Amino acid sequence: MKAFTKETSTVVAVPGVNCDTDQIIPGRFLKADRAQGYGQFLFHDIRRDEAGELDPAFPLNREGAERSTILLVEDNFGCGSSREGAVYALVDHGIRAVIGPSFGDIFFNNALKNGLVPVRLSAEQCDGLADYLARFPDAEVTVDLENAQLVLPGNLRRHPIVIDAFARECILQGLDEIEMTFTYMEKIKAFETERMASHAWLAR
Amino acid sequence: MAHMNAPRTMLAKIWDEHEILRHPSGPSLLYIDRDMIHEGSFHAFADLKRRGLKPRRPKQIFGVADHYVPTLGRTSKDAASPAIARMIDTFDENMEWGGVRHFGLSSRSQGIVHVVAPEQGITLPGLTIVCSDSHTSTQGALGAIAFGIGQSENAHVLATQTVWQLRPKTMRVTINGTLGQGVTAKDVMLALIAKIGAAGAGGHAIEFAGQVVRDMSIEGRLTLCNMSIEAAARFGMVAPDETTFAYVRGRNFAPNEQEWDAAVNHWRQLVSDADAVFDREVVLEGADIAPMVTWGTSPEDAVSIEGRVPDPSTFDNADKRKAATKSLEYMELAPGTELSGLKLDKVFIGSCTNSRIEDLRAAAAILKGRKAKIQAIVVPGSTQVKEQAEAEGIAAIFREAGFEWRDSGCSMCAAMNGDVVGPGERCASTSNRNFVGRQGPGARTHLVSPAMAAAAAITGCLTDVRRV
Repeated sequence: MKAFTKETSTVVAVPGVNCDTDQIIPGRFLKADRAQGYGQFLFHDIRRDEAGELDPAFPLNREGAERSTILLVEDNFGCGSSREGAVYALVDHGIRAVIGPSFGDIFFNNALKNGLVPVRLSAEQCDGLADYLARFPDAEVTVDLENAQLVLPGNLRRHPIVIDAFARECILQGLDEIEMTFTYMEKIKAFETERMASHAWLAR
Repeated sequence: MAHMNAPRTMLAKIWDEHEILRHPSGPSLLYIDRDMIHEGSFHAFADLKRRGLKPRRPKQIFGVADHYVPTLGRTSKDAASPAIARMIDTFDENMEWGGVRHFGLSSRSQGIVHVVAPEQGITLPGLTIVCSDSHTSTQGALGAIAFGIGQSENAHVLATQTVWQLRPKTMRVTINGTLGQGVTAKDVMLALIAKIGAAGAGGHAIEFAGQVVRDMSIEGRLTLCNMSIEAAARFGMVAPDETTFAYVRGRNFAPNEQEWDAAVNHWRQLVSDADAVFDREVVLEGADIAPMVTWGTSPEDAVSIEGRVPDPSTFDNADKRKAATKSLEYMELAPGTELSGLKLDKVFIGSCTNSRIEDLRAAAAILKGRKAKIQAIVVPGSTQVKEQAEAEGIAAIFREAGFEWRDSGCSMCAAMNGDVVGPGERCASTSNRNFVGRQGPGARTHLVSPAMAAAAAITGCLTDVRRV
C-alpha cells in the first residue's frame, strides 16, 4: 500500500446521494486483472452518454479534472456491493482521498486497505465546500492525515479527520496489514487451539 | 471480567467470544470461523501467490461458483463469453491450488453462496462468517456474525483466519404482530428501508426481533438479513431459537449428533439479554405493511403496490429531490403514476434474497394453472433447491406457466454471467438492488417479492398479489 501523509489538490465534486459501487464500476468490468489498470472503468456508465462518448457535463470529464486527486461526494457513497474494484478504479485513476458525509461501511474499509483516504465531513460542510468550489473551481483542499486535519479553502476552515488510529497508522506508514498480523500469530494459534477444542466440527 | 455480568446483545456475546485481542487504537482482531469465497476472489488469490502464501486453514474455507456461472448449462463452456468462462475456470484452479473444498459448477451442492452456506450447515449460530460479498449479512439469520468484506480483507482472512474490525453499533428492529396475507419478509425489508433510508443503518448491526420474526421461517429470516445491507447495515442477525436448531440439525457441516446437545446449549446462551441496550431501536407493525414495490433506483424508493410514484418536488431534502428526479428520468416514470398496472417487459425470480424453496413455492402458488404474459425466468438459489422444486412439482408449474426454468447462480441480479435485462426494459425482480444499470446497462428494475413477481408475470404489469 502506498503511504499517505498529506495530499493537496483541486477537487472534483461528483453529485448524487447513494452513489453505489455499481455506479463507480459496473459489474461487467470486474473480470479484469488489476494489472490492466481499473482507472479506465471509473464511473464508466455514468460518465458517458448513450453513444458511449464521454459526457462533457460529467464533472470528471471537465477540463483539468484529471489533475484532481480529491473527490467530493454525497451521502452514502460506495453503498451496495463489496466489490473492491470500486476502490481500485478510484485509486488507479489517481484519486487519493474522497470527502463526503457518509460512506458504505465495506467501501470505507476497502478504501483504507488501499491507501485511499475516506474523509467524513458533515452534510452542511460538504454543501458549503460544493458551493465554494462552484465559485472557485481552482481552489485547493489539503487532506493532512499526519495531523488528522482537512484544510478547506477560503473561510471554510479546518476540520478533524476521524479515522480510527489503527487504520490511520497503517496508511501513514503504508503498512502491510498481513505482515503486521503475522506478528500476533502465537496469540492467534493459542486462541484457535482453544476454539477447536470446543468446536471440533469447524475444521472437519 | 466485570463486563460479563452486564447485559449484552447477541452481537456483543459472539464478538467477545471471537476477539483474540483488541488493538489499543480500537479495532478487534476477530477470529473468523468460516470464509466463503466465490469467483471474484481471484484478487485475493493473486495476493497470496505474490506473497508465497497459501490459505492457512483450508478446511474453514468454502468455495462456491455463483456470480459468473451460466444458468443454461453446467460447464464453463456454456458461459456467455470466453472471458466469463475464464473466471469460472480460474476459480476452480485457485480452489485446487489452495486445497479448498469447493462446490464447482457441476457439483450437486453448487448454488448462490448465501443459499448454499445455510443449506450445507456451513452457517451456524454463534459463528463468525465472512465472504467477499456484501450480502453475507444474509447468513446472520441463523444467529451468526456474518459480514461482507473486500478482497484485501479476504486475503487477510485466507492468510491468517482473522480480520481487524471495529465493533459496529447495534440497532434492534422489532416487527410486532403478524403480517397480512400476501405480505412477506421482502416486503418487511422494503418497508423498513423506505422508512429509515438506504443509509439508515450505516455503522450498525441490525438484530431483527418481534413476533413477526419469531413466527418466520429460516427462509424468511434469511431474506430479512440479506437486505440489511441495503439499509447500509453490514450485519443482520436473528436470535437462534427452536426454528433455527431444527433447520440446522443434520446438515453436512453442522455439529454431529454426539456434539449436538452441547452445541445447542451454547447457542441458547447467545441471545441478547432481556435488558440489553441497543444503540438504536426501530419498531414496525406487521399489520401496517403492504406488498411493496420500488419505483426508483435505490431500495429506499419503495412504496405499497397500492401507491403512486411520488412527486420529488414534495420531498423536503434537496439532495433527495435531485436524486428522485434523476431516478424517475432513468426509470421513465412520471410523478403520480399508479404503480399497479405499470407495464413490464420481464420478470426475474432468483438471487440470494429470494430464491429458496419457500420463495419458489410462494410464486408457484400464484402461477398454478396460469400463463405468463411476458418473458419470465426463474433461477433457483441452489442446485439442491432446484432438485427439490422439481421433486415437489413446482418446476412443472413454472414451466407450464411459460417460465424459463434455469440452473442456479446469481444470474440476473448481479448480471455478470450474461443474463441481463436489456436497455430500457422494465423488470419486476425478486433481487435486492434496483441501482442504475445493475441488471444491465439501461435496465429498469422494480424490486418485489416472489409472489408479487409471479402476479406480475401473469398480468404483464405490476400487480397487487392480493387481487389475483
